[in-house]
Amino acid sequence: MQDFGQAFSLAFQLLWTADADLMEIIGLSLRVSLTAMAVSCAIALPVGAALGMSRFRGRGAAIILLNALMGLPPVVVGLCVYLMLSRAGPMGELGLLYTPTAMIIAQSILITPIIAALSRQVIEDLHSEYAEQFRSMCVPVHTAVGALLWDARYSLLTVALAGFGRAVAEVGAVIIVGGNIAHLTRVMTTAIALETSKGDLALALALGMVLLLIALAVNAVVMALRMTATRYAYA
Amino acid sequence: MMRSKVLKVGITIAGGLWLAVSGARAEESIIVQSTTSTQNSGLYKHLLPIFRNKTGIKVNVVAVGTGQAIKNARNCDGDVLLVHAKQAEEKFVKDGYGVKRTDLMYNDFIVVGPPSDPARVAGIKDAPAAFRKISDARALFASRGDNSGTHKKEKRLWGASGVDPRSASGKWYRETGSGMGATLNTGVGMGAYVMTDRATWISFRNKGDFRILVEGDDDLFNQYGVILVNPEKCPSVNQAAGQAFIDWLVGEDGQKAIGNYKLGGKQLFFPNANKGQS
Amino acid sequence: MLDATARYEGGDVAGTQAREEPAVLPCEVRGLCFEAGGDLIIDNVDLTLGSTGITVVMGPNGAGKSILVRLLHGMLEPSAGDISWGGRGLCEETRRRQAMVFQTPVLLRRSVEANIAFALRLHGENGQVRCVRILDEAGLAEKAGQPARLLSGGERQRLAIARALAADPEVLFLDEATASLDPASVQAIEEVVQSARDRSVKIIFITHDIGQARRLADDVVFMHRGRIVERAPAGKFFDNPSSREASDYLAGRIVL
Repeated sequence: MQDFGQAFSLAFQLLWTADADLMEIIGLSLRVSLTAMAVSCAIALPVGAALGMSRFRGRGAAIILLNALMGLPPVVVGLCVYLMLSRAGPMGELGLLYTPTAMIIAQSILITPIIAALSRQVIEDLHSEYAEQFRSMCVPVHTAVGALLWDARYSLLTVALAGFGRAVAEVGAVIIVGGNIAHLTRVMTTAIALETSKGDLALALALGMVLLLIALAVNAVVMALRMTATRYAYA
Repeated sequence: MMRSKVLKVGITIAGGLWLAVSGARAEESIIVQSTTSTQNSGLYKHLLPIFRNKTGIKVNVVAVGTGQAIKNARNCDGDVLLVHAKQAEEKFVKDGYGVKRTDLMYNDFIVVGPPSDPARVAGIKDAPAAFRKISDARALFASRGDNSGTHKKEKRLWGASGVDPRSASGKWYRETGSGMGATLNTGVGMGAYVMTDRATWISFRNKGDFRILVEGDDDLFNQYGVILVNPEKCPSVNQAAGQAFIDWLVGEDGQKAIGNYKLGGKQLFFPNANKGQS
Repeated sequence: MLDATARYEGGDVAGTQAREEPAVLPCEVRGLCFEAGGDLIIDNVDLTLGSTGITVVMGPNGAGKSILVRLLHGMLEPSAGDISWGGRGLCEETRRRQAMVFQTPVLLRRSVEANIAFALRLHGENGQVRCVRILDEAGLAEKAGQPARLLSGGERQRLAIARALAADPEVLFLDEATASLDPASVQAIEEVVQSARDRSVKIIFITHDIGQARRLADDVVFMHRGRIVERAPAGKFFDNPSSREASDYLAGRIVL
């Protein structure tokens, strides 16, 4: 198990020297996954809010479907996006395959159900608390949606982070649609996969540690933001 | 008030990210659909900067198994195909997806295994005979099982040995369904024989105590070829840049660069563009 | 809008209706029934609510008080019968001129101030000044920036009432709004309610607290098993209830 010790010092060394390749890879990982998170939130939060607030026939089925989609295998998502974006596919004209944009699309598809399903739960809980009061106050639907999303924003932030975590950690989808091209679409996870396939387990493990550190850093920043905001009296 | 501010900041950040991601492609570039051995062995890291210095063309390599690479190229998702499965390559050209196949370089396949060598194949030159001994001994054998160039070659050798290993699939014959590196990791992990190309083996870092047991058979010859994807089938192909890359590879400079690439003092690929034309 | 502000500031004690819109009051209820799960929870209720004063709704648990009030406020659909306010049905326009305070106040997860601002915005107002004044009158000025949900029980209910009154309603429903509060908080809320009555807001107040009912009521609606058993001016009801159920209730006996 010398690999672990070796990996640890290697990870430290890579970060300490700010290895240019590594920095590029980290930068791309963050850009792709944060953008995917933003795109997913834009789609999933309204969907989650609508599902959380409304009662309609088939709602139960919709929720079951959404919850099931949380388990979408990344490889399947990658494959579907590949088939869409391939030159031979319906959206081949766009020339998006093997670009960061393709990776953002794949990750967005992967995490949109997660954010939608989890935010549905958050919104539904808050809505059941607010519903009677809102009814009494004749709050129009759009105002109610806005108020729920706003008042649940810290819980929703955690939801968004769960999506980000899933996006930044997955490899199956991005390696298919991104192609793991050096200096273009290589992100943390595909780099780890590559080093593993080269048998360089220590380097792969070191990259894994760096990925973990990134996730920690992102969560710490969000937590700090949240605590500051709470101090400003918005609990 | 605070709300609209946060919203604005959020939109700005998202927009910025989007631009940062999507705005950075202007230079001339091509996509090479490639086998994994050439990437894992570090050959591209050696070749591509030289080519880029000379022409300014950026080569983006998608390294997957040969089977997958050919499939991707059929979907027009690449400009150049660089793989090692001659029959499949020729079919690719015959079907009109490739312009012309050119030999590029070669190395050879080897069979690696644990030092205990349960099937006693060490030193055997005849690959099919070695395969037969492995099967007789029911010794573990890890196969790519992914229809890659190496896998196709392995299947042909099994055919020559008269053994149908698929009937023992899951017993002593283990199909990993993954790339060369992953299969080597698996093989080393469970003490199974593995057939691999020499370049991947030399550059592989997780050898454990495995060693080369079978090598040197003419049957283990491993020829790499390069093909320009046909612009008539695939209008998106960057014909000029793709052809420039191929011309450079098979030309004097490229061939010399391939021959010069060494790892631990060993040459990994042997240029032969001018010899075995087809 | 200006008129509304003046009204809230309490300058108009006599309560002359100077509004342009048709008055919401009186409220007429005819043959009102509400059924849930096969049970008749409100059973053929007739009721008229005049334009002034505090009407206290009393009755044992399960009498249907909360349901009646929610029907009046348009939060539930009646199974049968008619409710009209100022000669009109329960349209949104009417409902927006009513407000309700619940036993457990539902406060937005925001600051105290933002809770008031939300109610004001719903009515198209954006007055920072007004917001400050409302908090001041509710005795919550110092807590303006604090998270509403971290207030004490009494403060929370005061905020809920201040929010209900912020929209300057003509009718205010309170459903056991002071249950489980300490005496000081109860008193503070009673004062707010009385001053609203003095500004001629019609108050409909559910309570189990007989002392409180005596202090506040102008008239009393006594309910039992989904029916209105007795409707009387406060003095008469407390001194000389005409129904057996009401006298049992006032005497602290089980009402059968």
